[in-house]
Amino acid sequence: MRVQGKGLIDRSRPIGFRFDGHRYEGFVGDTLASALLANDVKLVGRSFKYHRPRGIYSAGSEEPNALVTVGRGAGAEPNIRATVQELYSGLEARAQNAWPSVGFDLMAINDLAAPFLGAGFYYKTFMWPKAFWEKLYEPVIRHAAGLGALSGQANPDKYDRGFLFCDLLIIGAGPTGLMAALAAGRAGVDVILADEDCRMGGRLLAETKEIDGKPGFVWVDEVLAELDSLPNVRRMVRTTVTGAYDSGMFGALERVMHHTAQRDGGAPLETFWRIATKGAVLAAGALERSIAFRNNDRPGVMQAGAVRAYLNRWGVSPGKTMTVFANNDGAHQTARDLLDAGVHVAAVIDSRPDAPDIEGVQMIKGGLVKAASGGKQLEAISVIHNGTTEQIATDCLAVSGGWNPTVHLTCHLNGRPQWSEDIASFVPKMGAVPGMIAAGSCNGEMSTAQCLADGVKAVECALGITVKVDVPAAEDDPYRMRPLWAVPGKGRAWLDFQNDVSVKDITQAATENFSSVEHMKRYTTQGMATDQGKNSNMQALALLADATGRGIPETGTTTFRPPYSPVALAALGAGAQGKGFAPERKTTSHVFSEKMGAPMIAVGLWYRPSYFPKAGEKTWRESCDREVGYIRHSVGICDVSTLGKIDIQGPDAAALLDFVYTNMFSTLKVGRVRYGLMLREDGFVMDDGTTARLSDTHFVMTTTTAAAGDVMRHLEFVTQCLRPDWDVRFTSVTEQWAQFAVAGPESRALLNGILDAPIDAESVPFMACGPVSIGGVKGRLFRISFSGEHAYEIAVPSRFGESLFETLVARADAMEGGAYGMEALNVARVEKGFITHSEISGRVTAFDLGMERMLSAKKDCIGKTLSWRAGLTDPDRERMMGFKAVGAAKMLTAGAHLYPEDQDAHRVHDQGHITSVAWSPDLERYVALGMVRGGSARLGERLRMVDGVRGIETHVEVVDPVQFDPEGGRVRG
Amino acid sequence: MVELIAKSACAGLLPLKIGGLLAAEKDLGVLTAIMPFIGQDKAASDMLKAVHGVTLPEAGRVIGDDDTRIIWFGRGQVLLAGPTPSTDLAQVAALSDQSDAWCCVELSGAGAVDVLARLVPIDLRASAFPKGHTARSMIGHMNGSVSCLGSDRFLMMVFRSMAGTLVHELAEAMETVVART
Amino acid sequence: MRIQCPICGSRDRREFYYKGDALALKRPAPDAGAEAWDDYVYLRDNPAGWHSELWQHEAGCGAWLVVERNITSHEIRKVTLAEDAT
Repeated sequence: MRVQGKGLIDRSRPIGFRFDGHRYEGFVGDTLASALLANDVKLVGRSFKYHRPRGIYSAGSEEPNALVTVGRGAGAEPNIRATVQELYSGLEARAQNAWPSVGFDLMAINDLAAPFLGAGFYYKTFMWPKAFWEKLYEPVIRHAAGLGALSGQANPDKYDRGFLFCDLLIIGAGPTGLMAALAAGRAGVDVILADEDCRMGGRLLAETKEIDGKPGFVWVDEVLAELDSLPNVRRMVRTTVTGAYDSGMFGALERVMHHTAQRDGGAPLETFWRIATKGAVLAAGALERSIAFRNNDRPGVMQAGAVRAYLNRWGVSPGKTMTVFANNDGAHQTARDLLDAGVHVAAVIDSRPDAPDIEGVQMIKGGLVKAASGGKQLEAISVIHNGTTEQIATDCLAVSGGWNPTVHLTCHLNGRPQWSEDIASFVPKMGAVPGMIAAGSCNGEMSTAQCLADGVKAVECALGITVKVDVPAAEDDPYRMRPLWAVPGKGRAWLDFQNDVSVKDITQAATENFSSVEHMKRYTTQGMATDQGKNSNMQALALLADATGRGIPETGTTTFRPPYSPVALAALGAGAQGKGFAPERKTTSHVFSEKMGAPMIAVGLWYRPSYFPKAGEKTWRESCDREVGYIRHSVGICDVSTLGKIDIQGPDAAALLDFVYTNMFSTLKVGRVRYGLMLREDGFVMDDGTTARLSDTHFVMTTTTAAAGDVMRHLEFVTQCLRPDWDVRFTSVTEQWAQFAVAGPESRALLNGILDAPIDAESVPFMACGPVSIGGVKGRLFRISFSGEHAYEIAVPSRFGESLFETLVARADAMEGGAYGMEALNVARVEKGFITHSEISGRVTAFDLGMERMLSAKKDCIGKTLSWRAGLTDPDRERMMGFKAVGAAKMLTAGAHLYPEDQDAHRVHDQGHITSVAWSPDLERYVALGMVRGGSARLGERLRMVDGVRGIETHVEVVDPVQFDPEGGRVRG
Repeated sequence: MVELIAKSACAGLLPLKIGGLLAAEKDLGVLTAIMPFIGQDKAASDMLKAVHGVTLPEAGRVIGDDDTRIIWFGRGQVLLAGPTPSTDLAQVAALSDQSDAWCCVELSGAGAVDVLARLVPIDLRASAFPKGHTARSMIGHMNGSVSCLGSDRFLMMVFRSMAGTLVHELAEAMETVVART
Repeated sequence: MRIQCPICGSRDRREFYYKGDALALKRPAPDAGAEAWDDYVYLRDNPAGWHSELWQHEAGCGAWLVVERNITSHEIRKVTLAEDAT
């Protein structure tokens, strides 16, 4: 219910919203949780395993119970914590994990079966029969247990990412963080102040204590106004620092649009920031812990601090008849604040016999709350005191078992927190994250005054500077608390509300020897829910320590890993959806190729035309056969710009080429091109391609499309790491030149129609290169061939690429030729036995490819020594050969394996495999390349070819890899 | 004689104006990668100064103006933008024509730095990356070059083939930044 | 993780390519024998602590770097240009 005169909400601005179909009203400044409590909605969800009724428990991101689905349709977002969901007009939320409704949940039957569903029940129950797991157990469990469901539709929301840099990152904007920001900001330090809340101030917004003689929130507003006036301070609200990483990197999730219904203006729903900082102050505060007792999960049992927050920040009392159960002085403030607001407080039960009094309230000192009762919400508690049990009617019990410093981020680089007897909790280990200083209550400082002072100290410590700033006067009450983890007694007392872990589960784990904290966690699932045990891990550890007879520090703690609170995968992957996944590299002929109807296929990041369909052609093969005909019988045009081109210059350019290629390049004449084979240092083939010598000290190397980046890196490695004294310089010119293959018997005739000066067989013989001019544009001509035909490659600066391609295709068309794509290119090279990365699979040597003669004996080169190892020159290795079908089936397929004709298709009989296959329209049969044991020694032999994937089997004959024009006369024209 | 028609990298893709932000293709003139040979840095710098009025910039710096600009472009490499380089330079450095290899986009307007912060993983604060600074880094998933030409004015360069992707990434980030301001 | 490139300054790990042990700098002579080559190409120590390794600032200036990194903490204590290391 709302409490008049309390809260920081704007009562002049009411907001309508819906929960589970019912319409309610709240105010600007409300969270969904505060608005639901204001409307007396107590039951908001069902637990994960037993479907027990659950209500709002906390007032922050640690909320274990109030998980709801917000929105509808494709954009619906499950598992939103109602405690951090800001209210907006038209908000629609639904309870989760209940069927048919949260009020009447049939799955609550699980709760009655609880004796059979205790810790480790999955492991014990669903072991056999094995086949039942997939078909029966898992689907049933999945239906019964669970969180909210995804819509199953593509996520329409936009997610964003970015990089930020600062000198000091302050995590948390409570008293510590604000004071730190003020100190650092005034000192001119470049500060980012991040807080997960929509409004900065932390506990100061939830408490009635004064700072500097002013209400806490007034002091906060003054500080924020000053920070906003400083250009060196960037304030980030709704931003959770989710993880601490190496070298001063932090991850932070900013919830940009969750607080509004207006999501179509181009702003992202969330932004994931990667923040690099010199220093950091962790001012994450502390989380209040509970005390376990029977049915302590009933809606209406809440954190005492959360009750104060609802009252003081949102003007809501979560109940009409309030009670408090605590083991510390601080929680007494809950009763005082409630009384001051005119809310009835039935009793305060303090486990300590020597607890102080509170004026105007019935104090039960040395008392324990034994059990809560009520069905879907709390109705009464039974209190044991001096041996007698008393029933007290109440609809809200505020519980406090003390506070745990929020040490999470200090553990993200493997740091273990240290046990502090003073506060009976873990505190951060200094230096656990280099450069990050924990301060304030996350460092175990429990009074406001201590926090403020610690904030200043942390800045000085993080940056090694001295700052002058007056620390205002504030509450400095001692933190008086006596540990109490659970109230002994019958029935189930709950620890992890989300995963339904009870005190008994912990003791059972210890009994069954799961006594290591990491084993206990996995056996019971304690702390493995979305709140990651923020509300219960400390208690569970203490109880495990008791059960195993060890101290808490010896028992240790589980590992805290990022993220601090849940992060959507869409946010982590922001920028990588759709076209953002990888860059698209498009050639200059791309647009024209698409205009011709060519399907484009991805080759690495590049897009290349597969084939160019013509009217009347029904299959890709018809187009491909026609295009192969261009190459073989007239002239074909193909964009080969995607091949890597590296401009290599300098006195030692030839030496470099000799060193990275197996064969000699220093002997290559200017104006000539040579094919080269490149090895890795382990002797296996890395890449191949042609290199042209433009002058004594100037070469242009060509790489395959796929390995262009690898080769570039390799050249950098060789020159920087192995031969730094060589005077050689190189850079990629792949993108500078648009290069087109002009292939076929009519290629020269076509070129002579466009070149400013005609060429002939003498001026440009096979493997020659040189400058040319096309309509005044300076280009380069290479007489090289990847098809075995009389062919050229012509290059012009890329700005002229599209125009030249159109010109070449138009001329070729007029000569009964035309453009050809990757399919036809592949046919022509397979017919000729030319290799690609289908053959250079990373497992083949020069020897395997029949290229051992390319290993020059006259010089050293990368990979030379190891390529002569006995194992790599074994004649029984799989070596490349050609294949043709001789069985009944004439189909050959790449990937099929080869076996002796008289043996089973079993791996022990494997003779090799087919790497490339093409239909040769000129030979009118399939041609294939592949690897076969013994290589040329098997020439003429027949083998079984079995493609187990496609179910194809035939017989093949081992033939020479060059199946078309074996004499090679055509290429010389 | 055939006539080849030139087409720029971003033809048909730019300019792009979203809110107060403008992304426009920038014609930098002739682009030449200059890679001084061993021990020739000073000679190259002196020659550049004498002929083109700019020295060899130190790592991470860009010198000059729209007529003649010289951009540090990586280890042992600078990019001369504007004039055709003096052929004498070839005595002391490897020269490689890059005029058609790059897609060059100028991003300007209030919030330009916020757009870049979404794409480039380097420190772009005015204190760390003021006018005259340049970096080789990533732009989204692309390797590229980023230079600060002035307050909220940046030059971005990626390989020409990735012009479409650069414009797409820029458009997304520009829309985000504009929507958030 | 960030690496201090001697040329570019502190940069995000995503700009770097990792090769492995800086042993790769010490290429044996062609006739150094099978053992030396086996050591060079295949044999690697796997220390739980300081490790000298090769990275390339591939998406930056292109320099190959020798990085001394503690494998257990990712602390980097020294970065030098590989060209100066041989």
